[in-house]
Amino acid sequence: MSIHSASANTASHLAEAPYSPPRARFWGFEYIPAERQLLHSFLSNWLVLGALAMLILLVFIAVFAHWVAPVDPLEQTLKARLTPPIWNERGISPYYLGTDRLGRDVLSNIIYGLRISLLVGFFAVGISMIIGLTLGLTAGYKRGFWETFIMRAVDVQLSLPLIMVALCFMVIFGQGLWKMIIVLAIAGWAEYARTVRGTVLSIREKEYVESAHALGFGPWTIMVKYLLINSITPVLVLSAVQVPRVIILEATLSFLGLGVPVTTPSIGLAIARGYQVLFSGSWWASIFPGLALMLLVACINIVADWLRDALEPRSREQV
Amino acid sequence: MGLYIFRRVYQALLVFLVVSGIVFSILHISGDPVALLMPPEATPDQVEEMRRTLGLDKPLLVQYGLFLKNAAQGNLGVSYHHGQPALKLVLERLPASLELVVATILISLILALPIGVLAASKRGTSIDRASLLGSLIGISAPPFWIGIAFILIFSVELQWLPSSGRGTWAHLVLPATSLALYRLALFIRLIRAGMLDVMTMDFIRTARSKGVSEKKVIYKHALKNTLIPFVTIAGIQMGSLLAGAIVTEKVFAWPGMGRLFLESIGVMDFPVIIAWTLVTATIFLAMNLAVDILYVYLDPRIRHEK
Repeated sequence: MSIHSASANTASHLAEAPYSPPRARFWGFEYIPAERQLLHSFLSNWLVLGALAMLILLVFIAVFAHWVAPVDPLEQTLKARLTPPIWNERGISPYYLGTDRLGRDVLSNIIYGLRISLLVGFFAVGISMIIGLTLGLTAGYKRGFWETFIMRAVDVQLSLPLIMVALCFMVIFGQGLWKMIIVLAIAGWAEYARTVRGTVLSIREKEYVESAHALGFGPWTIMVKYLLINSITPVLVLSAVQVPRVIILEATLSFLGLGVPVTTPSIGLAIARGYQVLFSGSWWASIFPGLALMLLVACINIVADWLRDALEPRSREQV
Repeated sequence: MGLYIFRRVYQALLVFLVVSGIVFSILHISGDPVALLMPPEATPDQVEEMRRTLGLDKPLLVQYGLFLKNAAQGNLGVSYHHGQPALKLVLERLPASLELVVATILISLILALPIGVLAASKRGTSIDRASLLGSLIGISAPPFWIGIAFILIFSVELQWLPSSGRGTWAHLVLPATSLALYRLALFIRLIRAGMLDVMTMDFIRTARSKGVSEKKVIYKHALKNTLIPFVTIAGIQMGSLLAGAIVTEKVFAWPGMGRLFLESIGVMDFPVIIAWTLVTATIFLAMNLAVDILYVYLDPRIRHEK
């Protein structure tokens, strides 16, 4: 905008400027086509750009954990128990962020822990997305008893706190990485079903869907080609909110000893171990894993916020 | 409106029934408490005797029916571990948990209201951006870790506040603030978003064109309308906090029912686990119901519908 008005002031500038098509204006506001809006709002926001870069870096570190981590996260070096971080005078070289009570490297545990966090986050949300999408789509399309049944189940599920549902299921099934992913997926399907059904209801009466009916397309074609495609945006926005929520829930359950087994390098478990030695002055074992988790979740939240604003400008905040 | 409330009550009862059924049946399938309770040298007769006293020899459906009947009379069984009625044990711990939850909600509300309103009324300024960034960090931090960080700073380093136990108000400060941080951040975002939404509405423009001062527009017209949907969310948060406080109770050794629940998981004390789940679910559902009914009174648009 500013460049535009500045160049218009001088005629000589105008002559030199390469041709650019006149910009559409509506009540004085520049009109940007929808597909460019996303990129436009993205590039104009340094915070989002920084968060995305950080997120990519964290994912990269997590994926290549076995190359990045300085030592094996489960290796217990009893000689190096409760070693402070490297900048402390008592710090020892490969343990950059110190070690815990059993002599396990904090940094390596964080790196492998991020891998578990991301794994749980993406798989749990992915599975609940598939369940919720299928049920929501069929509920909105078929209507009738099936819809009533699904929506009652959604009501039941959503009228209980997420953490309570997850806690009860983990008590029943016991510890385990994949058990937890399944439990978190089951705990999260309802919001997808509700969102997708809402979207389907709002478009199933549209002319193009009706004409598809008239042209003799089968229910699956209509569901996938029209209803599913239109549900992608709200589902994407919901997923961006769900992933950080699930990641924190995983850490919480593991911290309580109800999540992954103790032999898994998880951030929640690392914080729990650090908490045991907090009062003896070994703060690094609990503070650094938490900071790393917060960084990861904050980056996802910033990107998720931007995504929601960009894709659903009129959306209200969801809880 | 009567129908609306009736449907809400009916739905709450349905949820309660489903919860009790799921918790009861699966917890009983998952393990044999008798094996844990009896010493390894117990004779089969003694084991059978124990099963009979606990009612574990009957079919599952009969057990569930009996359980529901007893639950309606306030009898949720006797704790395997403590030898006292499970419901009594949980209810004894309830005041401590409620104290924590109420303090948490108060802290987050008192701070979130002015910050959210300020951020919305100064939209796009550095105040707005700082509050948004701050709340983003707030919702990104796991509450139990915030608690640990608070202990480190205020108990271990500065030695200002106690790190565990319950008693004086000083004991309440750290657990309540660390638990409040997430809700505070959430509320700031919700109030800000709600205010911005309301500010675009016609009646705000009308008020402004009538010459109403900006202060009055914000506090009287906009804030009032923002708070109506906000009541719902604050109420639901209060209910879910009761379950969410478990981690904070563990970190600060707060003698609430969440800690009792965690201890009971360790020893597979099913009656207490079930009692905790049902009490928490009941309070959560009652809270939602209360909020739904309150909402009808606050929002005349719903009240005047049939």
